[in-house]
Amino acid sequence: MLGWELPPHNSGGLGMACLQLCKALSKRPDVDIEFIVPYDAEHDIDFMKVTAATPQGIASVVRSGIAYDSYKYIREDGSEEWLNIYDQQELYEESVARMIDGREFDIVHAHDWLTFRAAMRVKERRGCPIILHVHSVESDRSGRELGGNPLVHEIEDMALHMADRIIAVSEHTKNCIIRDYGIPADKIEVVHNSIEPGDIVRDNDANTYRYLELMHSLGYRIVVNVGRLTIQKGLPNLLKAAKEVIYREPKTLFLIVGSGEQYYELIELAADLGIGANVLFTDFQRGKRWRDAFRVGDLFVMPSVSEPFGLTPLEAIGYGHTPALVSKQSGVSEVLMNCLKVDYWDVNEMANQITAVVQNDALRDNLVDNARREYIKLSWDGASEKIGKLYNQHLEGASA
Amino acid sequence: MSDKKAIVLYLHVHQPYRVRHYTIFDGGIHHNYFETAYDTPTNNERILKKVAEKSYLPTNARLLAMLRDNPEFKLSLSITGTVIDQMEKWAPEALESFKELVSTGRVEIVGETYHHSLAFFYSREEFEAQVKMHADKIKEVFGQTPKVFRNTELAYNNDVAYWADQAGYKAILSEGWDPILDWRSPNYVYRPAYTENIRLLMKNYRLSDDIAFRFGDRSSPVWPLTADKFTGWLGDEQKATNFDLFMDYETFGEHQWGDTGIFDFLTHLPKEWLKNKHHTFMTVSEVAEAFEPVDTVDVPSTITWADTERDLSAWLGNSMQVNAIKALYDLQDHVLSSGDLALIDDWRNLTTSDHFYYMCTKWFNDGDIHAYFSPYDTPYEAYMNFMNAYHDLKFRLAEKGVPV
Repeated sequence: MLGWELPPHNSGGLGMACLQLCKALSKRPDVDIEFIVPYDAEHDIDFMKVTAATPQGIASVVRSGIAYDSYKYIREDGSEEWLNIYDQQELYEESVARMIDGREFDIVHAHDWLTFRAAMRVKERRGCPIILHVHSVESDRSGRELGGNPLVHEIEDMALHMADRIIAVSEHTKNCIIRDYGIPADKIEVVHNSIEPGDIVRDNDANTYRYLELMHSLGYRIVVNVGRLTIQKGLPNLLKAAKEVIYREPKTLFLIVGSGEQYYELIELAADLGIGANVLFTDFQRGKRWRDAFRVGDLFVMPSVSEPFGLTPLEAIGYGHTPALVSKQSGVSEVLMNCLKVDYWDVNEMANQITAVVQNDALRDNLVDNARREYIKLSWDGASEKIGKLYNQHLEGASA
Repeated sequence: MSDKKAIVLYLHVHQPYRVRHYTIFDGGIHHNYFETAYDTPTNNERILKKVAEKSYLPTNARLLAMLRDNPEFKLSLSITGTVIDQMEKWAPEALESFKELVSTGRVEIVGETYHHSLAFFYSREEFEAQVKMHADKIKEVFGQTPKVFRNTELAYNNDVAYWADQAGYKAILSEGWDPILDWRSPNYVYRPAYTENIRLLMKNYRLSDDIAFRFGDRSSPVWPLTADKFTGWLGDEQKATNFDLFMDYETFGEHQWGDTGIFDFLTHLPKEWLKNKHHTFMTVSEVAEAFEPVDTVDVPSTITWADTERDLSAWLGNSMQVNAIKALYDLQDHVLSSGDLALIDDWRNLTTSDHFYYMCTKWFNDGDIHAYFSPYDTPYEAYMNFMNAYHDLKFRLAEKGVPV
């Protein structure tokens, strides 16, 4: 398997999804996984082999921080060089191509564009089937159809055409792949992401957000968003809806947890809309503060313009026992029934639904009770089952 | 006492006024909860016309022919005020076809609440008002006065029976639910506990559901069901005086589509059944008079004809439903004393039980969203629309200076 990151060295949902999926897959008796990442680090993982792809002449590759674009290459002579993500992606391809000699494997399963060129190289040299797993496409990440980085677009275009099979994390993503790259629908299998409820424990100790808890006890209701503040996430529409909600229900507070290129723009927008006093920004949080944000809310809102899957509403249900309002342009809206759904552009409807929840605890309680019943039945086993079948289909008569 | 075994066929005709997608942006501005663009899922006119075309008109044409061809064939109908209203406006030809059936003299109309409401359990005063409205409407349209009563969704208990007895009805309908019947058979006439004159008719749900729910189901053990086979079962049943086949009228052509053969089944039912001279059909009041009650039935808690639970949980099973219905009835006195006829009409149309049914989460939660009929994507959407309409009722009252 070719991947870009695994926890704890992950910058987002991709690494977590890969980890959970591999864990479920490794339970299958007919599957052994070697997972190749582009950096050296310790992973506390026992169910598969994790290997670093190190380029020729390089002693080690170190990831730095959480950003996508900082990799430090330490040469064998001790000198160092920083590479951007695009060059890094090319080096990963070279390294993987060299590593495959003398290795036994039947199939290559690659996650997202950063690993796609490497997968194509393996196919070229060994003729084995490649399965490309699309967690997001460039138009998702840039928030615009056919927008984004043309180099990335080109890699996705070529690789998706060359793939033996494509896995999309949602119908939404499948449709994006068809729309952006003209791939035939029957080449794309939808395997929804999931969650392991057993891994998620709701805290019982004092909540970090003491002010919000106090306000809640005074009759305020709290609406929470957790995520990167980027164009893809659709936050400006949430703030416009917030204005309508607060006008009708002044005892409503909005908590926005995250950072990103829209951070200051959103703060300004809240002020321009005249709701600055009701919108609280916390910047990027992790750990307990991150979990507590889910817990303090009466409603979690994910207003994304385009969300290949979108795990946060499930985390809100798990960590917070908090119901969710999600955009219909998200993968999670395909698997979660007991939640509110709205088109990301429909600000009035978003306001209508948020108002309904903050004015009515019965609605909130029914939503979350039923959502939890759905949630505890979730697992990655269904995904693993589907992928196991795909492997077998492509191995009949083909072997590298 | 009749020496013939009778089929008691009773069909229930109803359509609600569904609340449109009604938002906080409509509240205080538009009061048209029940009106929306023609092609939207909650457009009542479109739905009524569709049901009239697929079910009412073709079924009534067959029922009329059956009445003409089989002099002993009879049936009973209950038709709510809200569906009569809608037919008057949008499908007068369908209403005419019902009148034609009734004019044969062999179709009995059963009494109920005008608005198909659960008012009995929330306001006796409003319940009685709605029952009277319905009786007046039936008299005006069909020239009959109902002699037999059915409460909405066959919601039944000792209190309902007591009320109907006091009100002078000859019989009342309920579900023949096993825990109530215990070892007894639904195929007899009973006496409700604590009553004097009224009779209790209990639906044979196994036989009724073979038609209403399982007719087109190819995985059902009784498929394919023919009138011959069906009347054969009834004829073989030695211990029985009456077979109470109660079902939604929309079974014919809507719940079971025409291509299942449901209309042929209906047409052949009297032909097959009446081949034996000891067999007949009776209306609900006829059967109550024809047979002496065999026992007394005690029903302290409420039963209905819905779901496996046979209780009110489909309408009042979660806190959204309970909140919504309580909030609505809390407005009753203010609304009724306002003298504003449009406001009263809107309020009464919101008492229709369907609104609360659409908020039911029990099937939705099991992932079986097709198990119930709803024009909304989710029960939450139904609840939000309803509550926004409720808030607008309050707005209208407040405008009149009523403190709410």
